[in-house]
Amino acid sequence: MQIYFIELSYLLASILFILGLKGMSHPETAKRGMHLAEFGMLMAIIGTLMHHEIVTYTWILAGLAIGSIVGLAMGFWVPMTAMPQRTALSHAFGAFAAALVGVAEYLKGAGHLDTITMSALGFEVMLGSLTTTGSLLAFAKLQGMVRGTPMTYKGQNIFNMALLAVTVGIFIYLVINPGSMTLFFIMAGLAFVFGLLLVMPIGSADMPVVMSLLNSYAGLASAATGFVLNNKVLIIAGTLDGFSGFILSILMCRAMNRSMTNVLFGAFGSAATGGGAGGEQQGSMREVSLEDIATQLAYANKVVFVPGYGLATAQAQHAVRELADVLEKRGVAVKYGIHPVAGRMPGHMNVLLAEANVPYSSLYELEQINPEFPTTDVSVVIGANDVVNPDARDNPSSPIAGMPILEVDRSKSVVVLKRGQGRGFSGLENPLFFKPVTGMLYGDAKDTLTRLVQAVQHA
Amino acid sequence: MTHENLISALYVFALAAFLGYQVISRVPPLLHTPLMSATNAISGISLVGSIVTAGSGHSTISTILGFVAVVCASTNVVGGFVITDRMLKMFKRKTNTDSKN
Repeated sequence: MQIYFIELSYLLASILFILGLKGMSHPETAKRGMHLAEFGMLMAIIGTLMHHEIVTYTWILAGLAIGSIVGLAMGFWVPMTAMPQRTALSHAFGAFAAALVGVAEYLKGAGHLDTITMSALGFEVMLGSLTTTGSLLAFAKLQGMVRGTPMTYKGQNIFNMALLAVTVGIFIYLVINPGSMTLFFIMAGLAFVFGLLLVMPIGSADMPVVMSLLNSYAGLASAATGFVLNNKVLIIAGTLDGFSGFILSILMCRAMNRSMTNVLFGAFGSAATGGGAGGEQQGSMREVSLEDIATQLAYANKVVFVPGYGLATAQAQHAVRELADVLEKRGVAVKYGIHPVAGRMPGHMNVLLAEANVPYSSLYELEQINPEFPTTDVSVVIGANDVVNPDARDNPSSPIAGMPILEVDRSKSVVVLKRGQGRGFSGLENPLFFKPVTGMLYGDAKDTLTRLVQAVQHA
Repeated sequence: MTHENLISALYVFALAAFLGYQVISRVPPLLHTPLMSATNAISGISLVGSIVTAGSGHSTISTILGFVAVVCASTNVVGGFVITDRMLKMFKRKTNTDSKN
């Protein structure tokens, strides 16, 4: 009877997880969907507590209590601008848990593990380990603890591949000879190192792809745990997570026009470092005055805001919404153009603007907003660079050639809000800044936008 | 794991993969960030594995490993769901009356 209850709770959890993710197709159904998924999780945990193998509850309850407190703290206190970091940290925690369970199961099996279990266990530990360290490094990079520019060295890809080959080699040996405990720990250790090496050459601008991949790997580690423990809900949940991350990373690659093989072999960094050879631009950048821009905005029919990671760093999302409000009061149509890889993770800009109470009906995807630029009076680019770089469209020899961009240069007027004259993360010169249609407005974005609000009100 | 178990597990895996693809591809870019945190939280179901490890009293080392895994996994689950809920609450559709907060 006990067994049935547990298995039924797992079945219920599986169904509720799927329904929960199904709800994600629309903001209105998403909230309800999540409550279903949460209930499912609760049922699965309660069901597990009745497992016949459990003899002592002390450690379980202590662990649940501590973990919940830390989780609540992380969930409530993290500001929306630190969303990417928090997600990376969460991946690390989840993957580490999977890896630890793998190690515990291995020790329990003490060399008598059959081929199938050992294989799944190997995957679980390898994926779990590399995702843990990879996510921790991603966290450090996003948080600014480690420099965001790609860290590369000669022969890096070959070294990484060799390390991976050795790790997989040990794995295969272990499947045949599960008893070699030392080798098992060596394999785990190498996987930990590989995770670091994999994320090291990634530049900040490529983070969306890496975050999605790590999300995927963490899920696959859970799925592998499911194979080891013969637990179907783990397989389902892990596979859903694994595929979700995988699909997102493919979308991110398409949005940057880079192939998946490029991504799989961890060669992202090199594309960015090759960018310095963009050549010097002819002409100069035209600086404009705040009052001039305020007037343009106040008398425009249609304005499109294009946010980039700079919006997040300047914490200017509330200021841009205030400006949009003031403009809309004057009858100006305000839209936001969101590029899929703007920011540091998929959907980053959407969440940032939602936090500032921008209604999601004002947020437009690339395919929707591009046809509107020719009829847009003013496009305001805030802390975005590569996603509006016309070289991706016009210059076949550019490192970002072929990447879909937001074609702000087709608007009647462009204003770029930028901290200074620097080149930004990718180091690429952006010809948009030199075009006659573009005016540069230097300064802190939040400060500039706030002053624009006042100027527009008096225009 | 027996061969029968493996086959049925593979069935589940394959079906979950197809289902996952269908469900996930219907999520608009607008919701990609909450999607990531939601899938992350859901994959924290590996908590159930950690619970059994921590409570089965098999050996000191496995209890310790299980305990640490329970802490990490519950952080993942609780934090993940809290953050997803927080994010989803923020997505509002346009109201006709513009309220100034």
